[in-house]
Parts: sequence; C-alpha cells; structure tokens
Amino acid sequence: MLESSFVDRHVKVLFPLPAVVFVALMMVFPVFYTFTISFTNWNLTSGLPPRFVGFKTYLSILQEPRFWAALVRTFYFTAFAVSVETLLGMIWALILNREFLGKNLVKMSLLLPMVSTPVAIGIAWTLFYEPTIGLANWVLRSTGLNPLKWIADKQLVIPSLVIVDIWQWTPMMALIMLAGLAGLSVEPYESAKVDGANGIQIFWRITLPMVSPVILTAVVLRSIDALKTYDIIYAMTNGGPGFSSETLNIYAYNLSFNYFRLGHASVVLFFLFVVVLILSYLVARLRQKLEE
Amino acid sequence: MKRRLIVLFMAITVVFGVTAQTKSIRVLLANHPYAEVLKPLIAEYEAKTGVKVNVESYDENQLTQKLTTEFATKSSTVDVFMTRPLQEGKLFYRNGWYENLTPYINNAKKTPANYNFADYSKSAVDAVTYAKAVYTIPLVTEWQVLYYRTDLFKQAGLNPPATFDELIAAAKKLHNPEKNIYGIVSRGQRGAAVTQFSTYLYNFGGDFLKDGKAVIDTPEAIEAFKFYGKMLKEYGPPGVTNMSWAQGQALFQAGQVAMWTDASVFLGNLKDPTKSQVADKVGVALMPAGPKGNHPFIVVSWGMAVSKQSKNKDLAYDFLMWATSKDLAIKAMIDKGITMARNSVWTDANILAKFDQQLANTAVKMGPIGTPYDRPLMTAVGEARDAIGDVIVLAIDTGGTGDIATAAKNAAKKVNELLDAAGELGK
Repeated sequence: MLESSFVDRHVKVLFPLPAVVFVALMMVFPVFYTFTISFTNWNLTSGLPPRFVGFKTYLSILQEPRFWAALVRTFYFTAFAVSVETLLGMIWALILNREFLGKNLVKMSLLLPMVSTPVAIGIAWTLFYEPTIGLANWVLRSTGLNPLKWIADKQLVIPSLVIVDIWQWTPMMALIMLAGLAGLSVEPYESAKVDGANGIQIFWRITLPMVSPVILTAVVLRSIDALKTYDIIYAMTNGGPGFSSETLNIYAYNLSFNYFRLGHASVVLFFLFVVVLILSYLVARLRQKLEE
Repeated sequence: MKRRLIVLFMAITVVFGVTAQTKSIRVLLANHPYAEVLKPLIAEYEAKTGVKVNVESYDENQLTQKLTTEFATKSSTVDVFMTRPLQEGKLFYRNGWYENLTPYINNAKKTPANYNFADYSKSAVDAVTYAKAVYTIPLVTEWQVLYYRTDLFKQAGLNPPATFDELIAAAKKLHNPEKNIYGIVSRGQRGAAVTQFSTYLYNFGGDFLKDGKAVIDTPEAIEAFKFYGKMLKEYGPPGVTNMSWAQGQALFQAGQVAMWTDASVFLGNLKDPTKSQVADKVGVALMPAGPKGNHPFIVVSWGMAVSKQSKNKDLAYDFLMWATSKDLAIKAMIDKGITMARNSVWTDANILAKFDQQLANTAVKMGPIGTPYDRPLMTAVGEARDAIGDVIVLAIDTGGTGDIATAAKNAAKKVNELLDAAGELGK
C-alpha cells in the first residue's frame, strides 16, 4: 500500500526516469567527457599520461591543413547531398500524394534503402563504382559515354558518395514531406480552384508555404545526420584516395584510433558537435519566424 | 531469514565452485592464416590443460584498435594477443602494455626444454626487443615478392624480371586493358601502400629515416615515388589508389593482372583452387633489383605477446609456449605454406620438400640482402604512413609527373614533427 502510493506520488519523476538516466549516461556523459579530454594533450604515442593544456590542443588543430580541408569537405558533402535530397524528396512526396495503382508497393520499396545496413550498402556501391567491371561504368559505356574512376578519383569521390547518400536518404525526406502534405487542410485548395488558379500557382502559393515548416524540419534532421556521415564513407573509401574524402568524422576517427591522439580527436569531435548545435539553433529560430 | 541465508550460501558455492573449476584465458587473434592453423587445435590444448581458452579474431587494424582501447582504459581482460611488432610494438612498449617475457624465457620451469628460444634468428628477436628485454615471441616472417602469371609470361616469351627495367618492359608487354589484363598491381591506398612501396624505395637508394630524421624527400626517394607512380598509372588497373592487399589479391585471383608485388604471405591464397581462377598458373620470384641494388624488406610481421594487465600471466605464458611451439610452426609451414619465423623449419629437408619450391628459393636469396623493416620505425607509425602514403597517391594520380618534391618535403616535415612529439627526433 505504502509502495504504491510512493509510485503514485512520484509518477512525474519515476516514469521518465529510465529515459533520463539513459540519456545522461549514453549522451550527456560522453559529450562532457570528450569536452574534458579536448583540453588535454592525451597522446598515446608520447607514452605520457594526459596533461591539462588549456586551449593548446585547439590551437594546434587549427594549424593542421587536414582539419580545414575536412571541414570544407564536410559542408560540401552535406550541402550537396541535402539540397538534392530535398528537391527529389519533394517531387516524390507530390507524386505519392496522389492516388495511383500500386502506390503502397512504391511506398514500401522506398523504405528499403533506409533499412539496409550501411556497410552492406557501402560494399554494394563499391562494386557498382568498380572502374573495370562495375555497373556504373557499364551503364556509361553502353550509352556511349567515357567511363569514370568514381571513388578512385580525387575530384569525383565526394559526388560519388553523395549519390549513395541521395539513394539512401531521399526516401526519408519524401516520407516526412508526404506526412506534411497529407496533413494540409483542403479549404485553401478548394477556394483556389474556385478562383481559377492553375496547378503551378497552387503549388507555389499554397502548398509550398503551408508545407515549408515540415520541409525545414526534414532539412534540419537530414543535415545533422549528413554532417555526421561516417559509415558509408568509412566502408567505401576510408577517407581516400589520399585524404580526398576525409570528413570531420573520419578525421576524428583516424586521429583517435589510428594515430592515438585522443586530445586532438576530442577537439575535432567537439567542434563538429558545436557546428551541429549552432545549425539546429539557427533553424529552430528560422522555423519560429516562419510559423509566426 | 533462514531461507535467505541458504540462498546466499548457495550463491557463494556456485560462484567459487565455478572459478575453482574452470580456469580461463582470453586470447585475441588476427584474421591471419596462422590463426586458422591455431583455432581448430585449441580444443586439444583445452583438453590437455583444463584451461578454457576464449578466442576472438579481428582484422589487423581492428585488432590494434581493440587492444589499444582496452589497454588505454586499463580495463583489459586480454591475456594473450597477436601483435605486429613494426606497426604497434613501440607504442605498446612505451605504454607498458606488453609483459616482459625475458624472465619467463630464462625460467626453466616456465619455458619447456624443447621450446628452444634460440631457434629464432637474431634479427627476428631484435625486432621484438626493447631495452634488452624480449616483449613478443616472433611468429611469422614476411618479405616482399613478385607474383607473376606463368602462362602469360610463357606466351610472351618472358622470364621473371630481375631488374626494374625488365619489370617495366614486362608490364608494358603484358598490359592489355582491352582484354581486362593489367600489367602490374601493387598497393596504392594511402597508408597501406607504404610497406609495399618500401622495397622500391630501398632499391632506388632511398630510406624512410636516417639518424632519427625523415629522408623521404631525398632525390633517391623522389625517384622511387615517381617510378612507382608511373608504373601503376601506366600499367596498373584503374582505381589503384583505393587498393590494398585485398583488392590486389582479388584481381590476381580473378586473372586480371600479370604481376603483383606484395608480401610473401599471400601465396597460399593465390594457389588455392577454391579461391583462385589461376591457381595453377602462379609463379613467385624475388623482387627485381633497382639502380642501387636489391634490398627487399623482410620483417617479423606478426608475433604473440602476453598482456601486462593480464591476471593469469602464468596460464597466458603457458598458452603462448604452446601456440608458438615448433610443432605448430611445422604444421603451419606444411599445411598452409606460412613462412614461420623459426630457423629450424627452414633447414629441415622434410619440411621444405612439402613447401613451395619457388618461395623457398626466394627465402634463401633474401637472407643476405633483406632490409629488416618495411615502414619507418617510430611510435607514431600510423600517422607517418598516411603522410607518406599521400605522396604515393599523388605520384600514381599524376603518373609521377606531379610536384612530388614538394609533397615529399611536406611529408618529411610531418614525419619529423611526429618524431619530435614522441621524443624520437634525431635518435
């Protein structure tokens, strides 16, 4: 009796408690710990214990050309991938918003890339991109075009990886936007039709403004994910050829697990964390304004 | 109350009973042919000693990462592990992760009389010795060789090349991309390429380090970068800058390359008819000589060590003695063609009769000419390899015509910084 009343009295605390503990242990603590390490010079190759050095590790990372190159590459990859995914996702959503035969089948098959294992996707696409026997060059050759080196070409490697990202994540954008479209009220459309508006006018003047908060949400979610892309790049190129597909996450991985410079790796990861945080904040503000 | 006591008592007996009953050790192996020899025999070892052996296997880089993470966080339960002396030896030694094996080796109670540690050559023992103590038992020796397609060479009337000029001539003659046959492949992937580039570097008169400083920007080294880049750009398969040993091996097995320069350990896979379409057409030869002679690398690629953090060091050492015993070395030589580090297996005519003759011939010739390292010997070798590997990638991309001198200079600067940070510069 006593016990049950304890639960009753503290329901507000008790029910969310497991989730709070989980988040604290699995997310807040690692971030905080990474932040702490970023102020040390912890480097296993020195054979010395970590020492607090203030912002020295930050300053030395800023002098590494590989860091800046990786930063630019990360934004290049994200901007390229997310913009195409948004556009294609919108088109898909508009198509799926209509009734047609086999719609559910199409919707279901759209889900497949999203539920596939990233490393398996990476291996499959690596085979597609294989310059000699790969599907991609076979397609180019049979349409009379010159074969490319795809992920073995320093200039083409990021666009090639972007194609994989687009293939994998456009469906998610489409599904979020489709949910947005489905939730729109029908009245504005009816009055637009009465006023004699055509399809293009309806899309630009009614659909797009009404669905824009949803688009923005999708863009933010995808951008945050794209900035952190790791698995596909690791599985397909491991940052190569040379360093030409090394993003911040891959760089941080190399710093920690191949070079054992844990202090420097923490700085890079913390930097990435702050970038994501700022981006999320800016978009949240923008969204507020849009909704007003 | 009474019931609780009984439960407690039972729990205690169960816990103690289990620990008293099964002693166990945790062993981390690499995905290496030697581990394939070892794993099926572990049940025998368990039956003989009553010690439960928990085995885990990882790819070489994952193994280093796993060990480093466990050791650095001081939470390791690893007892015995396979290790790459040239890649991680200095790192592990400096951080105190290897158990010093010298006291064990000198202790007749711990090392069986028939183990014969003197069976390992001085150069092999030197590779695992730090401050006059042995920290790893040498396991496998590898050297760079030239694999070639005997049928294609015969058709073209060629002999295995003895010099770099002949190598290029053969690559040129056999290079036929129309028919999906490329002249030669060797590693082009950033860090991975460095070890297989090393023989080319030495044969041009270059080196990685001299007197504790990087010398990969000398004219000799630049010549080597240019040669390697031009060779792979002109006569290599497309996409070679993403290729490590796995891709090179796959191309050779699929019959798409005429030559492949890589470590001697892969011969077994090339001659395995279940994996290779050209299993009966594989030749293996000594690396060709360059303008400054012939000095291919010959290294202790793998060893086995006991963790300093192990709580069962005597059990661990006993397992180590078994896993690196002469009997198993003979089995590995005969069954899998693995080039073991023990001297005695190379002088026993019965063993050699069952071993690949061509490979055995290269082994004999390697003795006097080999270079005992295939990468810069330093603690931060991972990052140094990536810096040097980036120059190799540039050389391949541009066919040796890019600004190799500047790239090599930058890489040398980076390597010197790394040496400096580890307190190794000029030493």
